[in-house]
Parts: sequence; structure tokens; C-alpha cells
Amino acid sequence: MSLIVKNINKTFTNFPALRDVTFEAKSGEFIALLGPSGSGKTTLLRLLAGLDTPNTGEISFEGENYLKLNPRDRRVGMVFQSYALFRHMTVAQNIAFGLNVRPVKERSSKSEIKATVERLLKLIQLEDLGKRYPSQLSGGQRQRVALARALAINPRLLLLDEPFGALDALVRKDLRRWLKRIHHETGVTTIFVTHDQEEALDLADRVVVLKSGKVEQIGTPLDIHSNPKSAFVFDFLGSANKAQGSVKSGVAQFDGFSAPVIGAANDGDYVLRFRPYEAQLSRGGPGLPVTVTAVLPAGSTLRLELTGTDGALFETQHTHGSEAQGFQVGDTLRLKPERVYAYA
Amino acid sequence: MTARAAKAPKTAAGFALLAFTLLWMGFIILLPLVNVLVTAFSQGIKPYLAALDTPDAHAAIWLTLLVSAIAVPLNAVFGICAAWCITRFEFKGKSLLLSILDLPFSISPVISGLVWILLFGAQGWFGFLLRDHDIKIVFALPSLVLATVLVTLPFIARELIPLMEDQGTDEEVAARTLGARGWDIFFRVTLPNIKWALLYGVLLCTARAMGEFGAVSVVSGHIRGLTDTLPLYIEITYNQYDTIGAFAAASILAGLAIVTLVLKTILEWRFAGELAAARRH
Repeated sequence: MSLIVKNINKTFTNFPALRDVTFEAKSGEFIALLGPSGSGKTTLLRLLAGLDTPNTGEISFEGENYLKLNPRDRRVGMVFQSYALFRHMTVAQNIAFGLNVRPVKERSSKSEIKATVERLLKLIQLEDLGKRYPSQLSGGQRQRVALARALAINPRLLLLDEPFGALDALVRKDLRRWLKRIHHETGVTTIFVTHDQEEALDLADRVVVLKSGKVEQIGTPLDIHSNPKSAFVFDFLGSANKAQGSVKSGVAQFDGFSAPVIGAANDGDYVLRFRPYEAQLSRGGPGLPVTVTAVLPAGSTLRLELTGTDGALFETQHTHGSEAQGFQVGDTLRLKPERVYAYA
Repeated sequence: MTARAAKAPKTAAGFALLAFTLLWMGFIILLPLVNVLVTAFSQGIKPYLAALDTPDAHAAIWLTLLVSAIAVPLNAVFGICAAWCITRFEFKGKSLLLSILDLPFSISPVISGLVWILLFGAQGWFGFLLRDHDIKIVFALPSLVLATVLVTLPFIARELIPLMEDQGTDEEVAARTLGARGWDIFFRVTLPNIKWALLYGVLLCTARAMGEFGAVSVVSGHIRGLTDTLPLYIEITYNQYDTIGAFAAASILAGLAIVTLVLKTILEWRFAGELAAARRH
């Protein structure tokens, strides 16, 4: 293991920001820290960077005690949501900064620094913009420069704090693909903080889900997606439909029908959850009685909003052109989940 | 861009308002200034130059420049420190500190002078110590500097605080993760970001420091050729009915003020661009 984070606790004046956080990262791995705001993910990143110290716990990197090293000796490259580029320096000067502030003995020659800057400008595909100032760049370009600046110090660990948070959706997607490529080329162990589950699942080798300062689940994107370990993770990863029901020997019992259950081991009554794309709608037969309240045809899928007899709200997703196309607002239908998740 | 509502006046009321403003400014600001120059040169250029070419006048000009040259850098260093503390740290009593920082704006300059007499005068709290060690503070250069520093304390800090607040700490944190040490961060990141505001503050502070009368008058002791700054020298020569001398000296002070004003205008023009760029960032 390259990065080991063990039993980390961090408390800000009476507010526990991190509670007993433990996770590991293999060399070259891409880890996403996923959680809502206030879950402690940025605090964790700052501890890794050495900008803050934990109350208790251990952080080591390749066998070295990281907590004993000050930020500049950790060789971490950090990228911020706000870009944090030096506004009075050109793009090239920004990238060279980390190399220029090294103690004279360790500093590379001017020509070496220049070569590194040029190599990085090429990597971020901004070869011709080295003489521009940050204010003359677009948001996406700035974030690329920020990444190049972080990579210039040849970091052992790359920390990205919501790097795409301030950009619009199209640019985000573009940069996501690009970041994946960069990570592939450089092979730097990377910790990526985000509150966007799609981003986390798309980019990371493994995802660490945080909730109120605690690790809720660790796993591969597929793991997390198909087997959320708690109601929180399930709800955080996407829209969730909820229905009251009971579980008997691994099968969910509804009024007149049943469905396979993932999650709960014990029998009993549960709030059962299911995804909008894991449910069927029909005009009759078994299922929860629902009324169509809205048909949303614009988007990659056809979405329907439904209301149950007790006023509960449901959402379903269907492929365009499927049978669901014929449903209209006001129709009374039956909603039958294909599989449900039960959490204590 | 803020909406531009301004336009040339069209109504009689608009013209009247404009005329009043211009006339009033002419009467209150321009006329006295012109008067200073006219009186200073009323007997020709030779008496003007002669009036300035006395040892006392030389000493007064020199002392004014010296006091400013000491007081302004002190306030610049303090201003940067104070702005750093206020914008970079969270601590109890921060708003109190900000209020105290503004005190010199509201307090009478006479009091700003008097406090030093009460502290370092012969009967003052520390008077005995100074007497024993033969150190002169009151009626000497140190008290002139102290009084000036006190009066002009907030000028630079007040320029820096809003700018540094606005710029935040992100760039400094980034510099730290890139391996920069404390001084590197300050000289390579912080200082370049605040340089125009700092220069602007220094100019305002200098203008105020050179023209300070009240506080300096209390602590100076009015020893001619020794502790008389330019504003004090003007008063004394005027009281001695040396009109040409007084107005000649006043023209120097006014000249210094105008130079500062011109520099300030240039800076404002320059600084506006920088600030806009910083905001665009």
C-alpha cells in the first residue's frame, strides 16, 4: 500500500469533522472521496496535504510517517476548486513556481525548468498560452494550468479538491475524460474530492463514501453502485423510490406481489428502496397503485413522476419508444419494482 | 459594469446644481490655493526664493521629509502586519481591533500629540526613566515621529484589508503546497498581489504625514531650526508677520500635496485596472 490513512480523528471547536477515518490507496490508484458538503472530505484532503493536523491517527506514505513531514517535504500536488493560480504571474511562471522556490541546492537549472514547463504545457494542450495571464483564460483552461502547476513538482501524491466544481456541465465532462488520460500517463497516486457521484464513479478506481466525517463505504464504482451498504449511500448515489414493505426470508413482500431484496438479512418491516430504472409500469396486474402526475420526455430517458395512494412520490425511467410512451398524466397504473434494497 | 446613469445636465436645476458645486469648490479649494501662490510671489521671484533660502526654512523642509520618511515605512510595515492578522486569522476581539484601528481617524490630533507628553514628558509616566538615561523623546525627533505615526496609523492598513479580504488565502495555500517557505510566499505571492494598494496607501499616508499640524504642534516644543516641521514653520513665520516667508513655505507644502495628488490619480487609474483583473480572476 502506498498511502495509509488510519483511525484519523479531527475536531474543530466542538465539531467533529472526521471520525475514525481509515482507508488505503495503492500506488498509482485513483481514489475518489465522495460525500455531501460537510462530510469532511476537504478536511481529509487538507490533512493529507499537511495544511492541517489531525487530533489522533496516522497517515503514512510508502512507509514514511507523513504527519512528521511539513507540507513542502511531502511532495503533494494540490489542485483547488478556485484554481488558486497566481494572478500576477503568467501561465508559464505559474507552472514553474514550485520549481523556482526550491532551495538553491536542489533547484534545477533555468533551462531544465523551461523544458519542464514546455513539456507540461504540451501535456495540458496549452502550448501557445504560456505567456497569458490567468485572467485571460477560461475556467477549464485555468484548471488545466493548476493541474500542470501541481504536476511540475513531480508529486508523489496528487490531491484534487472539487477541481471541476466551478465549471459548467459540458466542460466538466470534457475535463473528466482529460484528467483520466493524464492520470493514465503520469501514474501518480491521486485523491479526488467531489460531491458529484457521477464524477466519482466515472473517474475513480475506488470510491470512499463519507458521511458526517465517517467512512460509510469503500469499494469499486461497480461495487458501490450495485451494492450500496446503507440507505445513505443508496440515496446519495441517485434518486431513490421508497415504499413500505416487509422482508421474509430474503424476499420483499408487498400487497399482492414480491421482489428480490438486496441488503437486509433479518426479517421484518422496512422502508424498501428501489431505483427509477429498476421498476416496471403496467396498466394492470400486481404492483403498487399509482397515478401519473408528470411525463418528462426531454432527456436521455423518458421519465415519469407518479403519486401513490398514500401521497408518496415515485419516479421511473424508461427508454424512449418503450411501452411507457403511451402513459399520460392522470392514468392509474401499477408500479412493480424489479428489485429492492432494504436497510436497517 | 455598473449602469451609467450620468449624463450632461439639461434642465435649469441641473445647471444650477453644477454651477453651485463648481463655484463652491472654487471658493473653498481653488481660491485659497491660488491665494497661497499669488501671495508667495507677490514681490517677485527673488524674495520668494530668498524666503525659502534661510537655515530655518531648510531645516523645516528637511525635518518634514525626515519625519515622513520614518513614519511612513513604520506604518507600512504595521499596515501589512495588521492587514495580515485581520484577513488571515480568526481570533477573538477582531472587530474590536478593527475599531481601534480607526480611532486615529476620529480622535482630535491634539490628543494624539498630548498622549506622548503624558507618557514621555518630564512629568509623564516614563519621564523619570528618560531623564535618568538622558534620552530625549518629547520636544525632539522621536516624539514628532510618534505623533505622526499615531495620526496616520490606519491609512495603509485600511487600504490593504478590503483587498486582502477579497483575494483570500487560496494562492498562499497553493504556494505552500508547492514548497514555498514563509518569506517566499510573502514576497512572491502576497506582496505582488497587494503592491498597488500598498503604494496607494503609502501615498495617502505620506500626504497626511507631511501636512500634520495638531499632534506635531503639541510635542514639538517649537524650537526653530530643530523641531519645527514645515506646517509649524509656516505658522510661526506668519505670526511674525513674515507673509512672504509663510506663504513661500506654504507653497512648498501645497506643491508636495499636489505632487502626491497627481501620483495618486495615476495610481488610481493604474490600480483600477489591476483590481478589475483581480476580480475577473
